[in-house]
Amino acid sequence: MSLLRIRNLSVAFSTSSGAFRAVDAVDLDVDEGEILAIVGESGSGKSVSMLALMGLLPWTANVTADEITFDGKDLLRIDTAGRRKIVGNDLAMIFQEPMSALNPCFTVGWQIKEALRYHLGLDRTARHRRAIELFEQVGIPDPEKRLSAFPHQMSGGMNQRVMIAMSIACKPKLLIADEPTTALDVTIQAQILDLLAELRNETGMGLVLITHDMGVVAETAERVSVQYAGQKIEEQTAAKLFDKPHHPYTAALLDALPERSTERLLPTIPGVVPGQFDRPTGCLFSPRCKLADALCKTTPPMPAGKELGEVRCHYPLHAGERIAS
Amino acid sequence: MLNYVIGRLLTFVPTFVGVTLISFGFIRVLPGDPIIVMAGERGLTDERYAELEAQFGFDRPIYEQFWEYLTGVLQGDLGNSFVTKRPVWDEFFALFPATLELSVCAMIFAVLLGLPAGVIAAVNRGKFYDRALMSTALIGYSMPIFWWALLLIIVFSGNLQWTPVSGRIDLIYYFPDPTGFMLIDSLRSGQSGAFTSAVRHLVLPTIVLGTIPLAVIARQTRSAMLEVLGEDYIRTARAKGLTSGRINGIHALRNALIPVITVIGLSVGTLLAGAILTETIFSWPGIGKWMVDSIFRRDYPVVQGGLLLIAVAVMIVNLTVDMLYGVINPKIRKR
Ligand SMILES: Nc1ncnc2c1ncn2[C@@H]1O[C@H](COP(=O)(O)OP(=O)(O)OP(=O)(O)O)[C@@H](O)[C@H]1O
Ligand SMILES: [Mg+2]
Repeated sequence: MSLLRIRNLSVAFSTSSGAFRAVDAVDLDVDEGEILAIVGESGSGKSVSMLALMGLLPWTANVTADEITFDGKDLLRIDTAGRRKIVGNDLAMIFQEPMSALNPCFTVGWQIKEALRYHLGLDRTARHRRAIELFEQVGIPDPEKRLSAFPHQMSGGMNQRVMIAMSIACKPKLLIADEPTTALDVTIQAQILDLLAELRNETGMGLVLITHDMGVVAETAERVSVQYAGQKIEEQTAAKLFDKPHHPYTAALLDALPERSTERLLPTIPGVVPGQFDRPTGCLFSPRCKLADALCKTTPPMPAGKELGEVRCHYPLHAGERIAS
Repeated sequence: MLNYVIGRLLTFVPTFVGVTLISFGFIRVLPGDPIIVMAGERGLTDERYAELEAQFGFDRPIYEQFWEYLTGVLQGDLGNSFVTKRPVWDEFFALFPATLELSVCAMIFAVLLGLPAGVIAAVNRGKFYDRALMSTALIGYSMPIFWWALLLIIVFSGNLQWTPVSGRIDLIYYFPDPTGFMLIDSLRSGQSGAFTSAVRHLVLPTIVLGTIPLAVIARQTRSAMLEVLGEDYIRTARAKGLTSGRINGIHALRNALIPVITVIGLSVGTLLAGAILTETIFSWPGIGKWMVDSIFRRDYPVVQGGLLLIAVAVMIVNLTVDMLYGVINPKIRKR
């Protein structure tokens, strides 16, 4: 049985100009110890779907789903108190901006020990020992001294390590990392990704890695779910996806990778993800798709079978004799 | 830190000179001659008038008078009251504890109610509690002190007979007052009922004086909280699975405190202004009442000296508030 199982998850925001579907009928499974990457451009609903799982969306969000099960517990019908016992404990999340994600008024030591006291009920000395252990585990030098530092006294990379230490403090079964490296410079990015993969190997936790960087996916992920405009449009193991993408959007994302490019200028995907007001009637990607025809513009495609990565496309690529022309 | 404090103290010098000038000028601009006022209805002869004029130095040019006053102030001499002949300095410190006690109680009242009210309003933004609390705050803010005091007196002292109308303690109690703070002295005296009596005298003036700061603090807390609640670190706190009480009351409030501390500091000025009215209404023997009486008597040394000391007190409070910033938010300490 999978660790996390989401079926038909939708999130609609009520805005001043009507409801807006940020996440649309998404299915997702994560196994124990697995690294799943969720990729897609900005605005494709990656963060919102995971925030919905964590219960961190504002009250303007209306979350519906057929099923959200985590570690055998039904998160759809759980009450707030029950959710608080899971969130931050077995189910943890780290965010994009390490500098603003930590509270400026408290030392990082205080912030990490808070979780240890709250969920594990450790006493003072045990908390201190465990905090130092965690800082060592995430590669923070001189942990004893760093515990009494404030977030603004440390670099972005160090702060992200603190965030990671904090999120794994209670040995979660699943860690969701929402673009953990976007705000950091390139050398630090690689370190943080290595750290996350290493922690997964040590602890056996599942890892959901949200990113819009296909390069990151190639290096770390085992399975990839591609999201576009709130929908999951394709899901495959990383190896297969990089070899034979089925959706034209995935193919376009892969073409935009520097190492795959044959031309001097990187190919880009023209246009942007449709927002609230410019949703096409047919396939959501059709306005930007080179292969789209009249059918694509009028009829939304349904997900294909498992063998085609549940691709949402009328003309999937690399589909044997049905290759689009 | 020490450099910072010394730097701030240096900026006090021009303010200080300015305040001496204003307090010196203010009372002299008012119409009415102190000598005539002192003489009362009997009046006085021209010779006697000239004699007194020379005694107080009013016959000399105004800049000479100011210079004399300023040099006196710098030597710690604020002059003697025309009326009681006692040093202004002594009178001020005899009465100041009463005002301080009232102001501190009013501020504690305002903070203890204002902070939670602001937090509750922000957390329930746009809903019933928010609207109810904020409209109450607006009413409190716009209510004339005089009218509010009378209303409370009518209800609690008149109809219900719960609280006394004036003074600091019932006249049957008599004990030494080494600190000048009635709550402390009455406790130390050990006389049964003295402390309760002091508290009952304090309740209404505290409420009256604390109402405007309470409203200001509640509104400021709400807006600061609303800003903070949208921050990333609040989402982090929620992702830790903390209770909303802990998130709002510790993670958010600590960050929202900076602007709130600022208005608390600014309220101290308002508070002392309010104390003048409140003390007059409740016959509270503090510096507010003393100043008002002195203005009517055209007691120049008391008015100018009293204003100066009040201004210094406000400056000290503001300096303290500035130093509190760094304690509350370590990020500010660096600058
Ligand atoms: N609180 C909100 N109210 C209304 N709309 C929202 C809210 N939060 C997100 N959205 C909208 O939902 C859509 C999906 O947002 P989301 O943050 O999930 O995108 P994302 O895939 O994580 O993008 P990015 O790569 O920029 O993080 C966006 O169009 C966004 O404007
Ligand atoms: Mg995002």
